[in-house]
Amino acid sequence: MAGHKEIDEATGVETTGHVWDGDLRELNKPLPKWWLYTFYVCIVWAIGYWVLYPTWPTANGYTKGMLGYSQRATVTEEVKAGKAAQSGLRDRLQKTALADVRKNPELLQFAVAGGKAAFADNCAPCHGRGAQGGNGYPNLNDDDWIWGGQVDAIQQTIQHGIRWQGAADTRESAMPRFGLDEILEPAQIGDVADYVLSLSGGKADAAAVERGKATYAEQCSACHGEDGKGNAELGAPNLTDAIWLYGSDRATVMESIRTGRGGAMPAWAGRLDPVTIKSLAVYVHSLGGGK
Amino acid sequence: MSTLEAENPFLSDAKPDRQAAHGIDKIDVEAVNRKDGRELYAGRKKIYAKRARGVFRNIKWLVMVATTAVYYLLPWLRWDRGPGLPDQAVLMDIGQGRILFFNLAIWPQELYLVTGFLVLSALALFLFTAIAGRVWCGYLCWQTVWTDLMIAVERFWQGDRNARILLDKQPWTASKIWKKSMTHASWLVIAAATGGAFILYFRDAPTLAQEFVTGQAPLPSYLFFALLTGFTYLLGGIAREQVCIYMCPWPRIQGAMFDADSLLVTYRDFRGEPRGPHRKSQGWEGRGDCIDCNACVAVCPMGIDIRDGAQLECIQCALCIDACNEIMTKINRPQNLIAYDTFRSLESEKKGGGLKMRILRPRTLLYSGLILFVGAIVGYALLSKTVLELNVIAERNPLYVQLSDGSIRNAYSVKILNKQYQEHTFALSIEGIEGARLTILGDETSERPLVKVVPDDLREIKAYVTVPKDALAKIPGDKAHLDFIATDVADGNRTTRASNFRKPAQ
Repeated sequence: MAGHKEIDEATGVETTGHVWDGDLRELNKPLPKWWLYTFYVCIVWAIGYWVLYPTWPTANGYTKGMLGYSQRATVTEEVKAGKAAQSGLRDRLQKTALADVRKNPELLQFAVAGGKAAFADNCAPCHGRGAQGGNGYPNLNDDDWIWGGQVDAIQQTIQHGIRWQGAADTRESAMPRFGLDEILEPAQIGDVADYVLSLSGGKADAAAVERGKATYAEQCSACHGEDGKGNAELGAPNLTDAIWLYGSDRATVMESIRTGRGGAMPAWAGRLDPVTIKSLAVYVHSLGGGK
Repeated sequence: MSTLEAENPFLSDAKPDRQAAHGIDKIDVEAVNRKDGRELYAGRKKIYAKRARGVFRNIKWLVMVATTAVYYLLPWLRWDRGPGLPDQAVLMDIGQGRILFFNLAIWPQELYLVTGFLVLSALALFLFTAIAGRVWCGYLCWQTVWTDLMIAVERFWQGDRNARILLDKQPWTASKIWKKSMTHASWLVIAAATGGAFILYFRDAPTLAQEFVTGQAPLPSYLFFALLTGFTYLLGGIAREQVCIYMCPWPRIQGAMFDADSLLVTYRDFRGEPRGPHRKSQGWEGRGDCIDCNACVAVCPMGIDIRDGAQLECIQCALCIDACNEIMTKINRPQNLIAYDTFRSLESEKKGGGLKMRILRPRTLLYSGLILFVGAIVGYALLSKTVLELNVIAERNPLYVQLSDGSIRNAYSVKILNKQYQEHTFALSIEGIEGARLTILGDETSERPLVKVVPDDLREIKAYVTVPKDALAKIPGDKAHLDFIATDVADGNRTTRASNFRKPAQ
């Protein structure tokens, strides 16, 4: 170290002897030796780390380390432990009759929480994250149920689906395609639509309603009922309430009559385990509209 | 030996040619941070701090006794909170997620109270630093207190400065081995007591103490015990001043908190210089009062020379004031050649003026104002701390649900937090919208559904508010104000939380 003993005038402290730009000098503020040794210890520690843990990339992967540690394995174990921790409640949920789940606050909470997660994974793409539904996909928060809003009816729907090909016990019903199959004339369809809208207090032409009423009694009342209140056994929607799956304007109602609609929902039995389906039923029922 | 020599604590350093004044010898000691002869990597120079006697030493003894007593004994203080509840006055209940401090129970979501206390502590620290320099470092910091304690123990086994220097130079005799090993053993006992006391703050002290000795305590207890024990021994016994000089950021920060009016431990160079040995025959005219006896350097636990002026290493423990005053008494010169003084005062004294110190100045007023301000906020938060919290979160997906009869329903998550030690039952109700009906999941029939919340717990309830079609017509726009009310069935206390009811715009 050349000029090591040089003394800074202002402070009277020695400089390191380094000079920048002709006159900038650095005061010698010595690092304690134990600190230096701590760095050496850290280096040794790092070598130990390389040996024990996954560290260096290689051409085909990476060095695995002697401890065999992997984050993936850790997560797998944690998931397994989490499942094991749930198993008590899952067993109880499995053994408890569906209708009794609500009576046990602990089971209810467990089922709702599990159902909510399963709903987000499996049901939300069609029914929406908040089960609010959409055009053609029922809102599950309301109190209007096409196939029944009792918790066991909901479970039945989830298990076997609606008009799901290949599912033996699927909910099956088909509204005739009144327009496409030329069962009714377009004018008749318009009249029936007017009549149907009048059932829920909508504005419609009185003469058309009168004409449509006759056609309705002939063609529709078998399933939707003489009063238009529908029939959950047949999956026939209530036409007198404020809730419309496809929309409540005249053109949409006409389109429904013309095509018969007939949306489908997958059968989930076999894809989801029975406890999950049970949780889903409880969750959907808990959204507020359950009967 | 004269009586003066017998009383003189510095005499044992005596060398014939190094007399500072009659009867007072110059001590052979060098400041560890002297400005010349520096290596690039500094090997540690061992500091043999000499025992000081005087006012500030006594204050430090008192502070040491008080702080260590509080630290070691506080976990054992009992405080009755009722049957089945922890009866430890100060407890950080990790399992339950509570900080218990006498009558106060702090929940995780009330941790801002702790933040408030910490902010207040920091501001108080700033204020004290602005007024009297590093009082924290000099008297109160655990590093200072524990180092002081470790040095006292060292002195007990090995004697004062000179005896320790001699002992270190000696070959390893049985006596040296005994003295050294007893010193380290005592340090370890103190360290273990420190680590042991620490873990008691986190679990019921008598239970944990019993579990600990029988090997039943949770693993973290042993880990933290080992950690605290190891570091108390290492930092208090071995590293000492190295912690303050190299590890602690606070000395650097404090440098920005002094100003010309802060009381700092100061060598009054105008009075002391020119320094030099004083012969008995000599007068005091034309020379300074400093006889260069190095007594101030010898007592310094940081190993510095205060006569070099303000230094980063100085923790301002004022032991050099005690040492110098003792010497000044002996040579019949005025006290306080080294004293608490301000830069402004020093300038004035140099010119023959008096002591000058302004306590009220923008800096201290600002800190005091901030302390009052934050104190008021924390005080308000403490006074308005409730034993019940009601939170209502409106479901936003979907915002509202159209029901078949034309009515509109909103869903809410209602959270009731019962911070009391008894189970409470609350009747839930709503106000603000005519005709609105409240139901909760699991009870769709009651007019005012009852919710039971166990002690010290949170219960979340799914609630639905339905407004019938005719009532909806009376609500303008797309939302209406709504109050949720939880009424304690036992005493009728009402807690209200505002929320909104949303509907399609008219």
